[in-house]
Amino acid sequence: MAADTNRTKRLVGLFLLAYLLFNHPLLSLFNLQQTVSGIPLLYGYIFGVWILLIVLMAIITSSEP
Amino acid sequence: MLTTETILFVSLCYIGVLFAIAYFGDKRADAGRSIINSPYVYALSLAVYCTAWTFYGSVGRAVRSGPGFLTIYIGPTLMATLGWLVLRKILRISRIHRITSIADFIASRYGKSMMLGGVVAVIAVLGIVPYISLQLKAISTSFLLLHNYSGEPLPIRFGRLSVFQDTAFYVAFILAAFAVLFGTRKPEATERHEGLVAAIAFESVVKLLAFLALGLFVTYGLYSGFEDLFTRAVQWPALEELLIMDQQPGTYTDWTIYVLLSMLAFLMLPRQFQVAVVENVNEEHLRKAIWLFPLYLLAINIFVLPVAIAGMLEFSGLLIDADTFVLQLPLAHQYTKLTMLVFIGGMSAATGMVVVETIALSTMISNNLVMPILLHIPALKLTERQDLSIWLVAIRHAAIVTTILLGYIYFRQTAEYYPLVAIGLVSFAAVAQFAPALLGGIFWKGGTKAGALSGLVTGFLLWLYTLVLPTMTEAGLLPHSFIDQGPFGLSWLRPFHLFGLTGFDSISHGVFWSLLANTGAYVGVSLFSHQSPLEHSQAAMFVDVYHHSRETEESMIWRGTAFVPDLKSLLERFLGKERTAEALEEYSRDRNINWNLARNADPSFVTHVEKLLSGAIGSASARVMVASVVKEELLGIQEVMDIVDETRQVIIYSRKLEKASADLRAANERLQELDRLKDEFISTVTHELRTPLTAIQSIAEILRDYPETDPDEQHNFLSIMINEIHRLSRLINQVLDFQKIESGRMHWQVHPLDMAKVIQDSVDATRQLVTDKELLLTVDLPETTPIITGDRDKLIQAMVNLISNAVKFCDPQVGQIQISLTHRFNKLYVRVKDNGIGISAEDQQVIFEQFRQISPTGRGRPQGSGLGLAITKRIIEFHAGQITVESAPGKGATFDIVLPIEKL
Repeated sequence: MAADTNRTKRLVGLFLLAYLLFNHPLLSLFNLQQTVSGIPLLYGYIFGVWILLIVLMAIITSSEP
Repeated sequence: MLTTETILFVSLCYIGVLFAIAYFGDKRADAGRSIINSPYVYALSLAVYCTAWTFYGSVGRAVRSGPGFLTIYIGPTLMATLGWLVLRKILRISRIHRITSIADFIASRYGKSMMLGGVVAVIAVLGIVPYISLQLKAISTSFLLLHNYSGEPLPIRFGRLSVFQDTAFYVAFILAAFAVLFGTRKPEATERHEGLVAAIAFESVVKLLAFLALGLFVTYGLYSGFEDLFTRAVQWPALEELLIMDQQPGTYTDWTIYVLLSMLAFLMLPRQFQVAVVENVNEEHLRKAIWLFPLYLLAINIFVLPVAIAGMLEFSGLLIDADTFVLQLPLAHQYTKLTMLVFIGGMSAATGMVVVETIALSTMISNNLVMPILLHIPALKLTERQDLSIWLVAIRHAAIVTTILLGYIYFRQTAEYYPLVAIGLVSFAAVAQFAPALLGGIFWKGGTKAGALSGLVTGFLLWLYTLVLPTMTEAGLLPHSFIDQGPFGLSWLRPFHLFGLTGFDSISHGVFWSLLANTGAYVGVSLFSHQSPLEHSQAAMFVDVYHHSRETEESMIWRGTAFVPDLKSLLERFLGKERTAEALEEYSRDRNINWNLARNADPSFVTHVEKLLSGAIGSASARVMVASVVKEELLGIQEVMDIVDETRQVIIYSRKLEKASADLRAANERLQELDRLKDEFISTVTHELRTPLTAIQSIAEILRDYPETDPDEQHNFLSIMINEIHRLSRLINQVLDFQKIESGRMHWQVHPLDMAKVIQDSVDATRQLVTDKELLLTVDLPETTPIITGDRDKLIQAMVNLISNAVKFCDPQVGQIQISLTHRFNKLYVRVKDNGIGISAEDQQVIFEQFRQISPTGRGRPQGSGLGLAITKRIIEFHAGQITVESAPGKGATFDIVLPIEKL
C-alpha cells in the first residue's frame, strides 16, 4: 500500500509537470517559425516532451518505490 | 491496378483472419490458457482508441489546423500518467461490484439508480452512434476510392449508391455478426471476451504497421527524409502555417480544452471502458500499459505531419480531401501492395472501434434501458418467467444489430452534406459529460444522486444546444439565422456564442459550456441534497475501495430474511442452470457451505447473489430482482452511517494492531541481538579474567616451589602479580560500572566542576602509561573555562578511558597524543587525537556499543573488556553530550566530545 502511494504520488507529480509542459504559456515559447536541425521547433518540442514523459513513466512504474 | 475483386478478396481474407483469431482466443480461454494475459496485449487493446478517424482523419486535421491534431493524443497520454490513480481505482471498484459499463458504474455509485443508468445509456447511444457512422463512412469511402480510381487523383464522388452496392452495408453486417458471435456469448457481461480482445490487439498492430509503412514510404521513398520535407514546406507559405499554431487569440484556449476533452474521452468512451476495465485480466497489467499505450500513440503520430506535407505538395491545386491523402499518395505512385496494406489498416482501425463500441453499448442498452423497462411492465410478468438468460442474450444481440444499423442509417442520411470529421469531437464531448459524476463519484463521498442527475442532464442539454442543433441547419432542418442571430433573434442565445462568449471555436465553446454547467450542477445540487442510506453506503464503498475488504462489509449493511432456494432459482433464471450451479459451487467451496443444510441465506450470500446478477443485468435491476424474493428490513441513514463508520474503525484498529506487532517484532529482534552480544561478552570477560588469574597463579606457584630464587627476581615477580591484580580489579570495576549505568542504578555525584581541571587530573592519572611507552602527550587548555555541572569522577573515568585507548593503539616512541579543550556558544569541545593505527570505517560504527572490541591487526588479542568506550559514551550522554570518532586505518583517530554548558 505504501509502495503504491509513493508510485501514485510520483505519477501525479509527473502529470502536473506534463500538463504544464504541454500547455500555454510554456508551449508558446516554442511556437516559432523556426527549425532545429531540420525539424520544426514546435513539433520537435512536443515530441521531445512526449518521449521524455514515456521514459519517466516507464522508470517510475518499473522501479521499486 | 487494383481490381474490385482483389480488394474484396483481400478484405474478406482479413476479416476471416479476425474471426480465426477470435475463435482461437476463445478456445484457448475455454481451455484455461489465456493468450491475452499480458500487459502488451492489454496496451494494444487500449489502442482501440485510435479509430479510422486517427488513421485517415489525423492527416486531414493536420492539413486544416496544424499541430492541433496532436491534442487528441496528448490528452490520453496525460490521462495515462494519472492511470495509476484513476483507472486502477475504477478497475478495482468495477471488479468488486461486478460493473460492466459506464452506465452501470454511475448508477451503482449513486444508490443503484435505474434512472441514472438510463440517462447515461441514452447519452452514450446518442453520442456514439454518429461516431460509429464515421467509421462506416471511412470504410465505404476508402473502398470507393480504390474502386473508382482511374489513374488520376480524383476528388471523391460519393455518388448515391443503392444500399446493396454500398460496401459499408456489408461491412456493417459482418461486424454485427462478429460482435454477436464473440461479444455476447454468455448472459454475464462481466465475462471476459478473450477472443474479441485478441482480435482487437491484432487490429491495433495492423493499423500501426500500415501507418508506419506508409509514413516510411512517403518520407524516405518519395522524399529524402524529414529534413527534406520540412525544408520544402518552409518554402511554401500555405505549408509553413502547418508548422506552428495560429497566432490568433483563443488558439491556446482551444488547445487546452481539446487536451482536456480527449483526456476525459479516453476514460469515458464506452469502448475504452470495455477494453480497459471489463476485459482487463489483471490489474497489474496497468503498470506497464500506462507507458506502453502513450508510446503507441506517439508512434502512430510521428508520420502524420510528413504525410500531410507530402500530400499538400503532391496534390496542390487538385480538389482532394486531405482525409484521403493516406490512400491517395501510394495510389498515385502505383504502389498497389502498399495501397492495399493502407486500406486494410484503415479497415482494421474502423472495424475494431465499431465492434467494441457496439458491444459496450449493447450492455448498456440491455442492462440500463431495456431490462429496467421490461421489469416495470407488469403485463410481461418477467419476474415470474423461468429462463431469462436466453432473453438477456437475445436483447443484447438485438442491441448490437440495432446500434450498427443506426450508425449505418445515420451515415446514409448525413454523409452527403455534413463533414463527418467534426463528429468524432462531438461524440467526445457527449461522453465527457460522464466525467463529473464518475470522477466525482470515486473521489468525493458527498456527490448525490440528485447532483449527478442534474449535472448529466444539464451538460447533455447544453451539448445538444451548442454542438448538435447547429448541425441541423446544415441538413436544412433549421434556418441559418438560428446560428447567426440566435433563436427568435435573441443574440445571447446564439449556439456558437452562448451568452456572447467569443474566442473559442465551435467545439471548444460547446465543451466549455456543457462541462462547466455539468460540473457546477453536480457539485451545487450535491451540496444541497441528501443521500439515501444506500447511496451513502455505496459512496463509502466506492471512494474507500482500497480500505474496504471485498463483500463482507457491504453485506453488513443488509438486514432481512431470505431463503437459499429462492435466490438460487432467481440466479438460474438469468444465468442459466449450468452457470448458476458453477457459481454456487465456487461460493460454497470458498466458504465451506453445505447447501443441503443451509436454508436461510445469510447477508453475505444475498449480497453475493445480487452481485452475480449485477454482472448480468446491471446493478439497479439486480437490486430490484433480489428485493422481489427477499424480505428486507430497511435501515435508516443513521444505522448505515454507524455501520460504515464502525467498519472503518475496525480497519483503523487492525492497522494499529499491525503496526504494534511490527514494533514488537523489531523489539524482539533487538533483544535476540542483545542476548547474543551478552553471550559474547561473558566469554570475553571470563577470558579476560582468566588471563591475569593464570599469570598470578603461575607466579605464585613459582614463588612457592622455588623459595631460593634471588630477591631481585622475586621482587620482579611480585610486581607483575600486583599489576595483574590491578588489571583484574579494573576489569571487575568496569563490568560493575557498566552494569550499574545500564540498569540505571549508578549514583551520580553532580557538582559544579571545571572541565580543564578534569582533563589535567586525567592526564596526571595516565602519565605513567604515557611515559612507559615514551609517547609525546600535549595538552592544550584555555586559560578560563566556564564551569559546568557533572560527576567529576565519572568524567575523569571517561577521559582516562580515551587517553589509555590512545596509548594502547600508539606505537612506542613515535606516538603522539594531543588533547585540547575549547568552548564556543555554550558548548565545550574536548578532543583527544592520536596518530596510532586508526579505526576502519566499519569498526567506527560499532566501537561505542558494549562488548565490542576491535582487533588491531598484527597486535594480537585486544586488551580490555570492550566496555571502555561504551562506558565513556554512557557517561558523556548522561551529561547531555555527544561523542563521535573520526578516523581511517593508519591515520590515527580523533575522538570529539561536545558538552553543553547549561546542564543538569
